[in-house]
Amino acid sequence: MNPIKTFLKGGVHPEENKLSADLPIQDFPMPKQIIVPLGQCLGAPADCIVNKGDHVLTGQLIGTAKGFISANVHSPATGTVAKIDVVMDHTGYYKPAVFIDVEPDQWAEGIIETDKLLTDIKLDSKQIIDKVKECGIVGMGGATFPTHVKLMVPEGKKAEYVIINAAECEPYLTCDYRLLLEKTQEFLMGVKILMKAVNTDKGIIGIETNKMKAIELLDKTINEHKDLYAGIEVQPLKTKYPQGGEKQIIKAITGREVPSGKLPIETGCVVVNVASTYAVYEAVQKNKPLIERIVTVTGKSVKKPGNFRVRFGTPADLLIEAAGGLPEGITDVINGGPMMGKSVSVTNFPCIKGTSGILLMTLNEAQDRRQTNCIRCGRCAMACPMGLQPFLLHKVAKQNNFDETESNHIMDCIECGSCEFTCPANIPLLDYIRYGKAKTGAIIRARNQK
Amino acid sequence: MSNTLLISLAVLGILGGVLAVVLYFVAQRFKVEENPLIDEAEACLPGANCGGCGFAGCRALAEACVKQAAEKGNIDGLACPGTDMGKVAAVLGLSAGTFEPKIAVVRCNGGCKNSPSKVHYEGADICAFANTLYAGEGGCSKGCLGLGDCVKKCNFDALHIDKETGLPVVDPDKCVGCGVCAKTCPRGIIEVRPRGKKDRRVYVCCVNTDKGALVVKNCSVGCIGCQKCLKECPFEAIEMRGNLAYIDPAKCKACGKCAKVCPRGSIHAVNFPAPKPETPALQGAEPAIKVEPKAQPVEVKTEVKPENTVTA
Repeated sequence: MNPIKTFLKGGVHPEENKLSADLPIQDFPMPKQIIVPLGQCLGAPADCIVNKGDHVLTGQLIGTAKGFISANVHSPATGTVAKIDVVMDHTGYYKPAVFIDVEPDQWAEGIIETDKLLTDIKLDSKQIIDKVKECGIVGMGGATFPTHVKLMVPEGKKAEYVIINAAECEPYLTCDYRLLLEKTQEFLMGVKILMKAVNTDKGIIGIETNKMKAIELLDKTINEHKDLYAGIEVQPLKTKYPQGGEKQIIKAITGREVPSGKLPIETGCVVVNVASTYAVYEAVQKNKPLIERIVTVTGKSVKKPGNFRVRFGTPADLLIEAAGGLPEGITDVINGGPMMGKSVSVTNFPCIKGTSGILLMTLNEAQDRRQTNCIRCGRCAMACPMGLQPFLLHKVAKQNNFDETESNHIMDCIECGSCEFTCPANIPLLDYIRYGKAKTGAIIRARNQK
Repeated sequence: MSNTLLISLAVLGILGGVLAVVLYFVAQRFKVEENPLIDEAEACLPGANCGGCGFAGCRALAEACVKQAAEKGNIDGLACPGTDMGKVAAVLGLSAGTFEPKIAVVRCNGGCKNSPSKVHYEGADICAFANTLYAGEGGCSKGCLGLGDCVKKCNFDALHIDKETGLPVVDPDKCVGCGVCAKTCPRGIIEVRPRGKKDRRVYVCCVNTDKGALVVKNCSVGCIGCQKCLKECPFEAIEMRGNLAYIDPAKCKACGKCAKVCPRGSIHAVNFPAPKPETPALQGAEPAIKVEPKAQPVEVKTEVKPENTVTA
């Protein structure tokens, strides 16, 4: 095993609470109707290309990407399009979606249905990227940035490393960990495909040390098939939040720092999530578009936490029911993990490409404690992994002083929430920083357009 | 006297003289030509820079007055709430302009009773931030969030949040119609409209352009775009913006007919005399015209208990 590495600046260590770590992935039964939102990625929503009454097959394209940063949407089920209407999704707003009445699965043409490991990569670099684009693969850690955009290395730059982000530093979530344990070989093939796509021979898988089982299993598999997985390395990382932040994992593994306002490719790294890597394998080797993912349903008050393989568009309340239903009393339902996830305002929002987990918290766990005044202890500045001063950003954002927010680099904030987690005065630092970031970003965009 | 002192005096004196000459020529060369009328007009204004006129300050209003006087020959529509515009008009050699007093109207009635809370919000008390997180406690994605960005911005203490409804209320005595609140509201709910004759005004108290079915789901008083008012209006003052009726204040004669036909009670007719029950035409019919601020919110049959919490 390689020596343990970590990023240096800041970071916190919240309670891990990986309640569902030892629970195998279960196939979630198809609901009667699925609701597929057309905007499932960061960037522009897809254009709908089906009409009411159309019959669609599993894996058939139903929405085409619009613009550069956008991803295709495929039908996750076979059935008839009942209607094209709006649905309140995890963002808390009504967004356009395709409602499909589900029938037994019938795969679209060209999709290979096999459980056998396919080790022969037939496509070349460009074809792989085109396939990834065609299959609508996005970053499945939660940010849903289209993967094909990441893989297109700009001219003059060279990708030295493919870094697989298997840190899963968010407490509670276990979807990536279970995937690593249960689909090890497929995942490693995915890494190989990604290495071929960006023309590099170094692939590093970064995993936190609280997932020793996965580290050992990957090490063993790579050693057993040395020829097949040449160039792939497993790098254990210290269990520390936000180890899985893109900039943090690059710093931890390569020691390089992404310059302010630049993309990770500046440091010669391409960082891809575990679930996305697996999806790349499915897409390139089996021609299977991205139509399902693993969702962790968890929480201390949940009776039966679990990891479910879910087709997109499945309403989340069905998953919550399968996990034992909503706990009594007022519950905070969070889409994602407890640190970066966002509370939702409806429980029946459809699961999409970025839904890594559904976390239920009782009022006791979730409610903000009483806010007091800032005592200038500086803990937030110590915890900030980006080296910012959250107390200052909070103050100037509250005053609507967006010149100061910009000059104090608010745009470098990765919104990890370490500052708010560590604040002894319970000040909602991140709320105000997000507010300031949105406003400052708008001002900068307006200025650049001039 | 020592030599040092004399030399210092001489050097500084010469330096001062030379620089004064340089500065004089620079000032002449880079002089900004400005209409002297602006200064004169500004002198007539209070100089408090309150923003009540809708401009950044008194000088900005003076500039606007001079500009409009040169272009159109009047200063109609420009007014300072704290002074007599006649003085400004006299400076500009005009007769006093006509000015229609304006007032901010809150175009949302989705308060606690009309649009009951389905979730509970806990987070920063900024509408602009909550707007990025979710549709709102009642579920209407266009409705008032009730966190009071407009109240905080108002320079005249003319807005406050009604504790019963959770919506901002405009104090007609204090509002000067400057429009700061309208610019602040992240959802564009507040509109600055003419006060109207005898303070009577009619407006659609909703900004939701969604389909009717979606509006009904979340609110009992939202406009569903049925177009009844459109057909009723004798002055063609009502236009449809998506699924939302909008009354053009320039064309509206404040007859109040549309408020009577609105099946949802979305159209508010303010400061109209209460209908007399003995009038034969209205006998038996429920009073359809709403009188603010005594308007009775529609009763909600089922109480929805908050299920989820929204924390940021």
